[in-house]
Amino acid sequence: MSRGKKQVHLAAHFPGVNSTTVWSDPRSGSQIDFSSFEHLARTAERGLFDFFFLAEGLRLREHAGRIHDLDVVGRPESITVLNALAAVTDRLGLAATVNATFNEPYELARRLASLDHLSAGRAAWNVVTSSDAFTGENFRRGGFLDRADRYTRAAEFLGVVRELWDSWTPGGEPGTFAHSGPQFRIEGRFPVPRSPQGQPVVIQAGDSGEGREFAASAADVIFTRHSTLEAGREFYADVKGRLARYGRRPDDLKIMPGVTYVLGDSDADAQERAAEIRRQQVSPQNAILALEQVWGRDLSGYDPDGPLPDIDPDPDSVLVQGRVRVADPVGVARKWRALSEEKGLSIRQTVIETGSRQSFVGSPATVAAALEEFVATDAADGFILVPHLTPGGLDDFVDRVVPLLQERGVFRTEYAGTTLRSHLGLPEPVWKGDTP
Amino acid sequence: MTSTRPLHLAAELVAGSGRADPGTAARTVALARLAEAAALDFLTHDDSFAGPGLDALAVLARVAPETRSVGLVPTVTTTHTEPFHVQAAVATLDWVSRGRAGWRIAVSPTGAEARLLGRRPAPPTAELWQEAGEVAEVSRKLWDSWEDDAEIRDVATGRFIDRRKLHHVNFQGATFSVKGPSTVPRPPQGNPVTVVDATRPAARDTAAHHADVALVRAASAEEAAALRAELHRGARAHGRDPGQLRVLLSLTVDFDAYEGGAGALAELIAGWHGGGAVDGFHLVPAVPERDLERFVAGTVTRLRERGLFRADYEGVTLRDHLGLARPVSQYATTGVSV
Repeated sequence: MSRGKKQVHLAAHFPGVNSTTVWSDPRSGSQIDFSSFEHLARTAERGLFDFFFLAEGLRLREHAGRIHDLDVVGRPESITVLNALAAVTDRLGLAATVNATFNEPYELARRLASLDHLSAGRAAWNVVTSSDAFTGENFRRGGFLDRADRYTRAAEFLGVVRELWDSWTPGGEPGTFAHSGPQFRIEGRFPVPRSPQGQPVVIQAGDSGEGREFAASAADVIFTRHSTLEAGREFYADVKGRLARYGRRPDDLKIMPGVTYVLGDSDADAQERAAEIRRQQVSPQNAILALEQVWGRDLSGYDPDGPLPDIDPDPDSVLVQGRVRVADPVGVARKWRALSEEKGLSIRQTVIETGSRQSFVGSPATVAAALEEFVATDAADGFILVPHLTPGGLDDFVDRVVPLLQERGVFRTEYAGTTLRSHLGLPEPVWKGDTP
Repeated sequence: MTSTRPLHLAAELVAGSGRADPGTAARTVALARLAEAAALDFLTHDDSFAGPGLDALAVLARVAPETRSVGLVPTVTTTHTEPFHVQAAVATLDWVSRGRAGWRIAVSPTGAEARLLGRRPAPPTAELWQEAGEVAEVSRKLWDSWEDDAEIRDVATGRFIDRRKLHHVNFQGATFSVKGPSTVPRPPQGNPVTVVDATRPAARDTAAHHADVALVRAASAEEAAALRAELHRGARAHGRDPGQLRVLLSLTVDFDAYEGGAGALAELIAGWHGGGAVDGFHLVPAVPERDLERFVAGTVTRLRERGLFRADYEGVTLRDHLGLARPVSQYATTGVSV
């Protein structure tokens, strides 16, 4: 095996609640039974992945004031599932997405430190924030924070969590903490000894300028959406360039886009499968729903196999709740209508055409080469794979692509260490507990 | 001597001295397997924000895949936590244990605990138990907010769920409100088992109103019987069937100091249970490794020889072990769409 080649990092996203997941496929299993989580996690560990990643949902999405009923709905609470998965895996990192807006630092620091101990050093926290009053209706806090404040709170939140994690000495002596800031005033004794990997790994998702800066200052891994080479390189250069300001080296932050893939026996076969999966993802009902999200109007009377509506979107609509609004609905509608007329596409075909493509499509050799190219040319340090099937959606990747990456000398053939930090090649954080 | 009422046995894992070291998971799994080999109904794991030790729900989730039958009941505080998060975590413990979860509701009354969270000063204990009751109530509503057959996967209509079977709970309590529905589908037991330590008078009404299992402490069979009768009266006053409330006596046992040892304890259990004072016992071992081992080898064996305790599990869920019915969702018959 060649040495010195930049290594690919791999993680697995449990498909769960999103429109990528094809629940109508006969091979689609439960999104909630523990056996599904166990299968996917064991597969990821068999493939020597760095970590297993769970997203979070704090309120069911609604559309036009009614619960959205077309995609997979319902998932367990992340940290509890990961603690159970710690029992059926040995090396795999276990990453939970947990909102910093609707939690308190002491409680979350304790839960994450517990996961790190119970998994012998494999815990990670994906820090997200919310500015969503809709979600807030499920919580004591109730309302929400505006965009600027939620990053202020998140930054202070993470800082406090790290103070708590550092409040025991590496030698195992308990200590006290006292924090007084604009968002939090807390003090006492942290009940959990220092984590087996120094501190749990911190992941950050988000692409805004504030998000990039937050990640550069504080995160170990950044979870992005840039799955083209050009966008990936731009993002990579920008974020890595911000690290020096915080006294960090480029290697201290791993950039891992969330990507989808489709494998076939040949490239043509894979392209055909990819098209079929897109059709499965965009059911006739989903096509109308996607249209309503742009138009902001009830379009249930339209035929998904017919032409696009000739009426304009309602820019003041409040049809969509619990997900991101389309920024310029009139412009998007105009673009879609032009595309549909030019190519003679129906509503459903237009939604398929304009929706996001699978990131990597091809034979195992093609996909392995593309993944290596991304990493070798600094468009990414690795990938968080989002399969479209639960729970078997990673089986073919582990069986067919991982061996090729290993042959190319860009992926491990065994775990070198036991902790998630060791898989990611991240140094143990320096203990700052005795600095005032 | 035989009793027509089944005897229920449970045990505490940490007895108030939670540890956090690299051996925590292995130690807890070993204790849980010991209890499971003896077919005990459930294990409790104490916890408080003041610590020390790991989060109890996390520890029991870690234990779940390494056990098959024993019930898992972590202590969960309702004071500085989010009811929505708490119910989701307990429901998830039920999913990962395939129907063996419970939770022992606790409050965090001290100023020291309040300062750890910095959210609000702790109100008087009576108010905290009132709030704990509201958390129990909204949790049941959220566990019921998905009817059992809400997931339909109907390819013809493109619908994954039947939204008429998901319900906003619209709960308005004294200190919090929750819109709902839960993000976690209805757990295997419908409602995980709610346990309340009703030893202190401040907790007793909440136990009578909301608990499936009440734990009490008493110095005599008469005192235990009086507490059980009081809890049953309270349950009736809240419109509940007292037959759906189990009262277990918590006994701290230090076999090194306990005169007569395991055999004498079997006599005591058989006598108090046969006399109708309690439905069962919750062993709190002074030294878990030593005392749980002796309890299982000595006391449980003798109870079994006398036909007072089952030889093996007869059902698969914690509700099965306790002889408690799986509740129907409180929304199931309304047919009201949301």
